[in-house]
Amino acid sequence: MPIQVLMPALSPTMEKGNLAKWLKKEGETIKSGDVIAEIETDKATMEVEATDEGTLGKILIPEGTADVAVNTPIATILADGESAADLAKAPAPAAKAVESAPPAAAKAEAPAPKAAPAPQAVAEPDPEVPAGTEMVTQTIREALRDAMAEEMRRDADVFVMGEEVAEYQGAYKVTQGLLQEFGAKRVIDTPITEHGFAGVGVGAAMTGLRPIVEFMTFNFAMQAIDQIINSAAKTLYMSGGQMGCSIVFRGPNGAAARVAAQHSQDYSAWYSHIPGLKVVAPYSAADAKGLLKAAIRDPNPVIFLENEVLYGHTGEVPKLDDFIIPIGKARIVRAGSHVTIISWSNGMTYALKAADELAKDGIEAEVIDLRTLRPMDTETIVNSVKKTGRAVTVEEGWAQSGVGAEIAARIMENAFDYLDAPVARVSGKDVPMPYASNLEKLALPSAAEVVEAAKAVCYR
Amino acid sequence: MAAPKKAAASTPQAKTDGGSPPEFTREQELKALRDMLLIRRFEEKAGQLYGMGAIGGFCHLYIGQEAVVVGMQMALKEGDQVITGYRDHGHMLATGMDANGVMAELTGRRGGYSKGKGGSMHMFSKEKHFYGGHGIVGAQVSLGTGLAFANHYRGNGNVSVTYFGDGAANQGQVYESFNMAELWKLPVIYVIENNRYAMGTSVSRASAQQDFSKRGVSFNIPGKQVDGMDVRAVKAAGEEAAAWCRAGKGPYILEMQTYRYRGHSMSDPAKYRTREEVEKVRHDQDPIEQVRNRLLAAKVSEQDLKAIDAEVRDIVNASADFAQHDPEPDVAELWTDVYR
Repeated sequence: MPIQVLMPALSPTMEKGNLAKWLKKEGETIKSGDVIAEIETDKATMEVEATDEGTLGKILIPEGTADVAVNTPIATILADGESAADLAKAPAPAAKAVESAPPAAAKAEAPAPKAAPAPQAVAEPDPEVPAGTEMVTQTIREALRDAMAEEMRRDADVFVMGEEVAEYQGAYKVTQGLLQEFGAKRVIDTPITEHGFAGVGVGAAMTGLRPIVEFMTFNFAMQAIDQIINSAAKTLYMSGGQMGCSIVFRGPNGAAARVAAQHSQDYSAWYSHIPGLKVVAPYSAADAKGLLKAAIRDPNPVIFLENEVLYGHTGEVPKLDDFIIPIGKARIVRAGSHVTIISWSNGMTYALKAADELAKDGIEAEVIDLRTLRPMDTETIVNSVKKTGRAVTVEEGWAQSGVGAEIAARIMENAFDYLDAPVARVSGKDVPMPYASNLEKLALPSAAEVVEAAKAVCYR
Repeated sequence: MAAPKKAAASTPQAKTDGGSPPEFTREQELKALRDMLLIRRFEEKAGQLYGMGAIGGFCHLYIGQEAVVVGMQMALKEGDQVITGYRDHGHMLATGMDANGVMAELTGRRGGYSKGKGGSMHMFSKEKHFYGGHGIVGAQVSLGTGLAFANHYRGNGNVSVTYFGDGAANQGQVYESFNMAELWKLPVIYVIENNRYAMGTSVSRASAQQDFSKRGVSFNIPGKQVDGMDVRAVKAAGEEAAAWCRAGKGPYILEMQTYRYRGHSMSDPAKYRTREEVEKVRHDQDPIEQVRNRLLAAKVSEQDLKAIDAEVRDIVNASADFAQHDPEPDVAELWTDVYR
């Protein structure tokens, strides 16, 4: 029976790509390992190698086709002795069916969320955006890139440094195009030397430059954490206010897909513990842009926690000359009166999905996107809890000494008499991140767990 | 008193590149003497105040190493930055920071350079281009490389003088920094103050390559061993290194062969070396005595030298007085300077 060649994925988070070029024609003989096609995404280009031998029977997706979903059949290979007539026996290309089942989730039994939905419609207009502002649809990746480019145009003291930020255009393509616009003096590829270049960035910042230091992921920033905490965060205080450090440390944080314990960790709690640092962790594309611009302008060291899973997600970004979101302000993303759900970054994925589910059962959840973890917007949390009397925190990090624990403590300190139930925490499980797909899903929070926790605090 | 002329020759580790360093003018000799004396007397006073309980925590004295910072400072120009580790009082005084402000920081008073919030190991002066005062061994090397990065970025022609010890020279980030500094041709002079002991561990017990001038070899960074007890040799080497950096050729390593007379900190049990070893260096190589003897040989009167002693003692006594009478920081200062 003819063999189907499926659209491959370049990364665990890739959902679709372009079929750039066919390198084999119908009827050509194919040996295992032959490059038959080229596919590309906004991040990278990859060659598709045949894993089976035979003759290229039929090309199902012509070259130049954009947005081909992962796992869509793109061609058929005829085994020896088979002819074009056998093609009819192959299952019909079921692109649509495959599209709705991303690769990792396809084999999974649990209906755990793989791809986050785009940020939900908001209940309240964002106070930072004037009514009637034109909106552009952007990925978070593009929003971050634009934030850096705008700030670099505005201030010659701003530069970006890190591994693969220049020639390679960013390991996750967040710095795409910056080298071309700003040159190698301001877009600097570093050696793989996190501890060293973090220190170089801090030293440069002490003289008044405004570095953006990209960590390929925050997992690798563990090598540099001494410079971040002992040098960047403390110098202003230790110098009696004489010498500060305006610097942004940014990069993807939290669980990526199927990369196991050393590459999947949430550092929200770690950095938000430290006086002298500001810690920002946006969820939407607009917040990513407005907050990164604010972080670059901030005179203090800012930890800017992005999320790999969210980079490709799109959202509406206001088309304004100078769109800044103030650091330290949470946002009510969905209004409700029965229970307050508090999260940030990719945790919002579970929170919003859960709110949809809860609404079907008549529970109206108010969902708060913290956006900034330090300084934490206690007021917005407390005001909401005073209204709802119940709270659930959602984070991908571990529960012990986590941000959820901090939120719970603040609610207890500021709204104890308003609580109708103990605060519930939904968090990553207390284990290193496992590799196996099923275990990984179990280790992370889920919308179902948020629903369960919300119902529990509502005594439902 | 016999002039220890044979000083450099008897240094166990000194290996300068042939002959005496260029002579100083009388003015240079007098300035070097005065600046080194100020550091010595200041440190002796700090040691006394520590013993009296006026200074808390750690207190690392620079006595014996004075020629290094004074000679280097004579090789620099306005705007060049200085950064070092925790044995930093000498560096601050050499850059021209006010003795009162340094001593008051040691005693944790509001008139200290960091308003009393930094202490012995954490002081800064933007005005004097002194970037600390860092308590994490080796951290200043990456930071100092960053200062050089900023000079390069701005094209201002300044160099960063980044001091660290033989102990810090074994830290990983030192080599990460060497690599980037040479790769990007950053104007940084790495001054390795080899005082032969990292706390209580001698160089021979901690370092596979004991010639620290060679520590940049695999990065193609030139290096030189310098008699760090001879202020003239230090200045000459500093000028050579600074010229290299300012010409856009990248970093330069100077291993300053020096010696600390006092313990690592005030709580040092001093069991790792003999009293005789310390006495021998003091007698044969003392950086201050070398200059004083040259001045006397050049017929400068004892009286003139005593006038310098008196001026320095006045400054140091005034700083001790200020540091003990200046009030502690206002309690409101607990909450300031966390963010700006």
